[in-house]
Parts: sequence; structure tokens; C-alpha cells
Amino acid sequence: MGEAIVITSGKGGVGKTTTTANIGTGLALMDKKVCLIDTDIGLRNLDVVMGLENRIIYDIVDVIEERCKLKQALIKDKRFDYLSLLPAAQTSDKSAVTEEGMRKIVAELKQEYDYVIIDCPAGIEQGFKNAIAGADKAIVVTTPEKSSVRDADRIVGLLEQEDIDPPLLVINRIRNHMMKNGDMIEIDDIVQILSINLIGIVVDDDDVIKASNSGEPVALQPNSKASIAYRNIARRILGETVPLQSLEDEKGVFQKVKKFLGIRA
Amino acid sequence: MLDKKQFITIKGTKEGLTLFIDDSCTFEHALNELREKIHASRPKHDEPVVSVKVKLGNRYVQEEQKEVLREIIAKDERFTIDSIVSDVVRREEALLWQEASEVKTVNRIIRSGQVLEVTGDLLLIGDVNPGGKVVSTGNIYIMGRLNGIAHAGINGDKQAFITASYMKPSQLRIAEYISRAPDYESDGVYMECGLIDEEQDKIVIDRLQVLSHKSEISGFGRRMQNG
Repeated sequence: MGEAIVITSGKGGVGKTTTTANIGTGLALMDKKVCLIDTDIGLRNLDVVMGLENRIIYDIVDVIEERCKLKQALIKDKRFDYLSLLPAAQTSDKSAVTEEGMRKIVAELKQEYDYVIIDCPAGIEQGFKNAIAGADKAIVVTTPEKSSVRDADRIVGLLEQEDIDPPLLVINRIRNHMMKNGDMIEIDDIVQILSINLIGIVVDDDDVIKASNSGEPVALQPNSKASIAYRNIARRILGETVPLQSLEDEKGVFQKVKKFLGIRA
Repeated sequence: MLDKKQFITIKGTKEGLTLFIDDSCTFEHALNELREKIHASRPKHDEPVVSVKVKLGNRYVQEEQKEVLREIIAKDERFTIDSIVSDVVRREEALLWQEASEVKTVNRIIRSGQVLEVTGDLLLIGDVNPGGKVVSTGNIYIMGRLNGIAHAGINGDKQAFITASYMKPSQLRIAEYISRAPDYESDGVYMECGLIDEEQDKIVIDRLQVLSHKSEISGFGRRMQNG
């Protein structure tokens, strides 16, 4: 029996889809069976980021409205045998998906896969409710910006009312020089405001944009900073203890991590 | 005597038999004579199955009546029905044919998430963006860039084809065939068409010139031939 994790943020554009693609890829790299679900009906993106757009024939709405079997709608990744994607519908009405339908799909996928990663749409309306309906765990993505942290806080509040484990936090798009100058909210401050466990930090890396434009998740690259960060998140999901990445641009990326953790503790 | 007048004439051709049913008698009369004729021509053993074309002249028959004809002729499995052709067409049917053979001209951009569906052929003056989709029962002609999905011959017409000024589709679909773009980033092609290659049994993209070898391009012509 697998585990369903929803990736959510409230605010749009903070990197939910990128995070979904890369955590999924990271878990697949560690030989886990992973299925990604895109629940952003009408504005699907996960297929594009994964480079699987051309293969879509059926989508989640076809499954819910029983025009096809769940297996038929799953798209096998071109790099991993046990990484699949259930794409969102691009043309259907949002109301086509229901919480009940999502629960059924997620439950069925959990039989087959170790991890079901659900990409949530922005906002807190029905799409959000659908996305979290079948999830066991939640990961909240935020950036070091006030508006994004505010929305993340709202989402954490909503998640607390659901029958779901306490959410975990990913801080995305960290710009080191701005944080140093105090122009961005400090990681510690974000963690303090949201008071949920931090599961990873990802620096703002040009490679992420490059990778998503070419349909190859950045986690596949051997040593770009964002790639390591995402793979570390995947390892932490699997229960490994991995120190946080240093933000410094010097050699020995892992050297300063202890200091970092020291501050937190 | 009047009763002895022949209502049914049978002609042999290279492809099989052609059966002319006179359109001046009642349908019942014709059926009776047909039964007799079929019955009378007792088959020799090991005779190959013969295909039969039925020509009705100016008689209009309902679907149920066609069914009766089929039943009588194909009864002993000595004959197969190739087609039942009448010179008469009902108004509604003719209007449907007309709609199915018309070229619908649409002048807009089909953006991501939009679907344009038409009956008949589609002439789109504008682009189909990635994530957009155009669907027609006949052919699709795009004066613009095809970057999304085009589905021609949606009701199963394998002769349908898709042309575009610039072709870089994410998927081409004709009837129940589907082909998708390769995974590697590739350049599109200018002034080409997608059609089903019967030998390879799949959709191929080729120069527009190959279309001049196709016998029937208009849906209406195909309709007329197939009845």
C-alpha cells in the first residue's frame, strides 16, 4: 500500500508543478514506483514539465466519467519504467472532478505504486479540495516572499482541518545574495511563522527553467544545486536523514550545513 | 400477360452480379420475383460466393426494406451484398451529405484548451497552438501553424487527411489512428500533409503533392460512391 502526497501552496507560480515533477523523479531515481497526478483541470502543466505532452490521449476526467480505464489514461515516463503520469484535462469543465472521484483514483493507484504525488492547482476552491481529498500527507511549497508565505499559512490552516498528517514545508526559489542582504525573508523566520517541519530548501537555479522548457526534470541532472536539493527532499521522504544544503557558493556544499542546523536548534 | 413481365434483370460483370429491380412495380412484387429467382438458381457445389450489386433505379427503399433485400439475397450464403444503390435520395439525407461535404471556414486562433469541432471539412485560417485541438468529420486544412492536435475523419473516415502551412503537431489523429510527435525536439515542416498510409497501416506526413494521387478528395464524392 503506497502513500499519497499532495503538493500545494495556495499562491500560484511558486513551483508546485516543478516540485511535483522533481520529487517524483527523485523518488523514481531511488527505484520507487511513483505515479504523478495533475489536478489542475484546464491549466495543466505537469505533462509539459515532464515532456510527456505529446502522449496524452485520455485524462483524469475521462477516467472519472468512465470513458476509459485508469490504466489506459496513465502515461509511462520515457526515462523510468515505474514513473507514470495521470494528466489533467485541458478542455473539460472543472466541475467534472469530484472529491469522491479523486479518492477512488488515488486509492486505486496506491495499490500499485509506492508514492502517488498529487499536483494541486493554485487557490483554495474546489480544485484544491479535490487535490487533497485522497492525500495522506501534504507538502506546502512557498517562496521567501511575504505574499507567498501568507498564502502558505492559509493553506496550512486549511490542511489542519482535514484528516491529513501535519504538512511539511519546501522553501523554493531562494536567492542567496538577497537573503544575505536581508532583502528576503530568512528561512528561519518562514519556519517560525508557519511552524511546520521543513523538508527542503531549493535555490533559485537557472537550470530549473532550462530543464522544464526541455521537458526533462532538473532532478535528472547530476549536480546542479536545485537538482541535489530535490533529490535530498526525495531522500527525506524516504526517511533518510539528510542535512540541509548550504546556500554558500563555495566548495564543499555540505560543510556548512551543521552550522545551519545549529541555528535552527 | 402482364404478370409475366420481368421485374428483375440480372447481369454478370467482372466483379460479380448486378441486379436491376424495376422501379415501376410494387416492392412486394419485386420481392416475390426475387425469391423465385434466387430459389430457381440452385447452386452447384463448391461455387464461390458471388458479390451482388443491387440497383433500384428510381425506387426509394427504407432501411427495413433494405434489410429484407439483404436477407433474401444473402440467405444461403451464396451471395454477398456489395451495395444497394438507388437513384433517389431523401431530402434530409441530401442535406446531411451537403453538410458533411461542405468546407467550413473558421478564422481564429485555437489556443491551449480550446477545441474546434466541425461537421464536414475544416478550413482554419489561423494557428492551432500547443494544447489546442481541431476536429472534423472530413479533411482539415490549416492555413497557419499546427502545433496542437488535429483529428480528421472523426467518424471513421480513413481517407481523410490533414494539411497545414506549417506542421509541428503534438498529435495527428485520423479516424481511429493516432500518431504523436517524437520525443526529441524537432523542427516542423512547411506545406505538408498527414494521411494514413495503407501499406504501413499508420499515419505518415508527406509532401502535399501526394494528395494529387488520391482518387477522391471531396467527402461528397466518396458519399456518392458508397451510397
